[in-house]
Amino acid sequence: MQDFRYLEDVLTLEYDPGLCMGCGTCVQVCPHRVFDVGEQKAVLLDPGGCMECGACALNCPAGAIKVRPGGGCAQAILNGWLSRVLFVKRFFRQDVCCS
Amino acid sequence: MAPGLYALGDPDGQSPVLVTCNYKLTFDILRRELEGLSCWVLVVETYGINVWCAAGKKSFNTGEVARQVKNAGLEQVVNHRTLVLPQLAAPGVVGHKIRGLCGFNALFGPVEIRDLPSYLDNKTQAAGDMRRVKFPLGQRLLVALVEVYGARKFMLWALLACMLLAALGPGGFSLQGTVLSGLGAWGVVWTGFISGVFLVPVFLRHLYFRAFAAKGLLAGALTGFVLAVAVPGGFLQGLAATAACMAFTSWFAMHYTGSTTFTSLSGVDREMRRYMPVQGALILVAAGLWLGSGWFGPLAGGA
Ligand code: SF4
Ligand code: SF4
Repeated sequence: MQDFRYLEDVLTLEYDPGLCMGCGTCVQVCPHRVFDVGEQKAVLLDPGGCMECGACALNCPAGAIKVRPGGGCAQAILNGWLSRVLFVKRFFRQDVCCS
Repeated sequence: MAPGLYALGDPDGQSPVLVTCNYKLTFDILRRELEGLSCWVLVVETYGINVWCAAGKKSFNTGEVARQVKNAGLEQVVNHRTLVLPQLAAPGVVGHKIRGLCGFNALFGPVEIRDLPSYLDNKTQAAGDMRRVKFPLGQRLLVALVEVYGARKFMLWALLACMLLAALGPGGFSLQGTVLSGLGAWGVVWTGFISGVFLVPVFLRHLYFRAFAAKGLLAGALTGFVLAVAVPGGFLQGLAATAACMAFTSWFAMHYTGSTTFTSLSGVDREMRRYMPVQGALILVAAGLWLGSGWFGPLAGGA
C-alpha cells in the first residue's frame, strides 16, 4: 500500500550530503521513509513524502538536514493568522491544535 | 496520570525501560499490548497529550526525559543504560543528547505500540514497516469523530446565520416559513460537514486532487447535487445548496488536515491561501442565490 500523497512542491526539507556522517538516525526517526541508508551516507528516497515534522533535522548530529518544522493543521494556521489581527487577537491563541 | 516510573509485570534490573507520555489512553494501550512482558515504563509530563502532538509542541522534549530519569532514580533501578523512546517523540526529543544529560542512551522504538514486543525480541531493531506511520480507515473515522466535537460552536453560529438569512426573504416573511427554511439551510451546512469530515476521509485516495480543500470541492459538488435533486426547492435554491455544500465540504475537509498523519505545514498553508477565497466566494454566491430565490422565486411562479 502506497502512502497517502500530499502537496510536494512547497516543502522546506533540505539535505546536504556533504555534511552527513552516515549515522542513520534520520532513517530511524522519519515516519514517512523519506531517507534511506546509502553507501556511508543517507540518501533522499522520497522527499515528496515529507510532512515537515522536524524529527530528522532535530536528531541529525551533523546538522545536515534543514526543515521548517510545524503541524499541517488548518486550524492552527488560522489561529496563527488571527492571533496577529488587532481586536480579534485576544480571542485566538497561536497554535491551539491537538489539545 | 502522574509522571514517573511504573512497573509492568515483574521487571528487574535487566528489564527494558520504555518511555511514554502521560496520556492515560496511551498508557492503557501499552499495558494491554505488553501483557505478559516485564518492563519499566517511564512516564514523562506531557500534560495529558499524546506522544506525537506533545513532541510537536515540544512538551515531550530532551530535558523532560532526562528530568524524569533522574527523578525516578533510574540508574539505581536498572543496571543497563538504555531507554526506548517512541519513534513519534523524535520531533521533540534529541536522542543523542539524552546521554549527556542523564547517562542513558536513547533508542527510538517503533511507531506503533503493538510492534513493541517484536521490536524488543528482535534486539531493538525495527523491522519492515514499523517505522512508517499509517492511516487506515478506522483511524480516519475515529479522528473524524473528534472533529464533530470541535465543530459544535461553529454549528451554533451557523444556525444563527441561517435563521437571520432566512428572515431576510427565503422564509416568505412568516415565522414558520423562516424557521423551516432556516433549518433547511442549516441542513445544507450539516451536509457539508458530514461530507468534509466523513466522506472525504473515507474516499481520501479516490478524490483526485491532493489538496484537501480541492477534494472537498469535488465531494461537496457531488453531495450538493444529490441534495438539490432529492430535496425539491426550485432551480435557484438547488444551485444555492450545491454552492454552499461545496464551500462547507471544502472548509471542513481543509480542517481535517489537522487530524491526518501526512500533511505538512507548508502544504496546508498553501492550500488555505489558495482555497479560502474560493470557499468565501461560493458562500457569497450561495447566500445571494438563496436570497434571490426568496425575492424572485414567487414572481417566477415558484420555479
Ligand atoms: S541523521 Fe544526519 S548524519 Fe545521520 S545519516 Fe541522517 S543526514 Fe547523515
Ligand atoms: S521532517 Fe519529518 S517527515 Fe520530513 S523527512 Fe524529516 S522526519 Fe521525515
